[in-house]
Amino acid sequence: MKLARVAGTVVSTINSPDFDDRTLLLCDLLDPAGKPAGGYTIAVDTVGAGEGETVLLMDEGNSARQILQAPGAPIRTVIVGIVDAVEEPA
Amino acid sequence: MQLARVIGTVVATVKTPGLEGVKLLVIQPLDRDLKPSGTQFVAADAVHMAGPGELVYFVAAREASQAMPNTFVPVDHAIVGIVDAVTVTRGGSGGAS
Repeated sequence: MKLARVAGTVVSTINSPDFDDRTLLLCDLLDPAGKPAGGYTIAVDTVGAGEGETVLLMDEGNSARQILQAPGAPIRTVIVGIVDAVEEPA
Repeated sequence: MQLARVIGTVVATVKTPGLEGVKLLVIQPLDRDLKPSGTQFVAADAVHMAGPGELVYFVAAREASQAMPNTFVPVDHAIVGIVDAVTVTRGGSGGAS
């Protein structure tokens, strides 16, 4: 799983049917210190995350389909948590 | 999933079975600021409605073929949506991927 910060939303009306009624968020990838790691990804939200929040991204298809209960959906990246804190040993 | 701009079409008459009727488009991946990022490649159009100039998002790897009518096809990138709007208010210029 990866850490990311929600940067904004992506809106789409014409899409693969599996994306109907799903929220897509554009997330900037972060390093553990919370700095941008370079790169971004568009993820399906399952937890109600909002802009500016640090989130936990899961980037694996089987798990994504399992969480969304959508077997066969072409979805790989899902937001599975909102991060309160990341602690690293000093 | 990432953003991309459709820049062209691909016509192939001889294809592996399963790819018949699949529309192939050349796409340019974009960064979060909608600037070109990385090399162009061919993606299958799973929404059947994308055309040159359009802003789309695509899925890569095994999930790409999940978007196709026949899910056991050799497709590694598929366009799964046409983007109406991207709203980004935070950050910027740091999104090359």
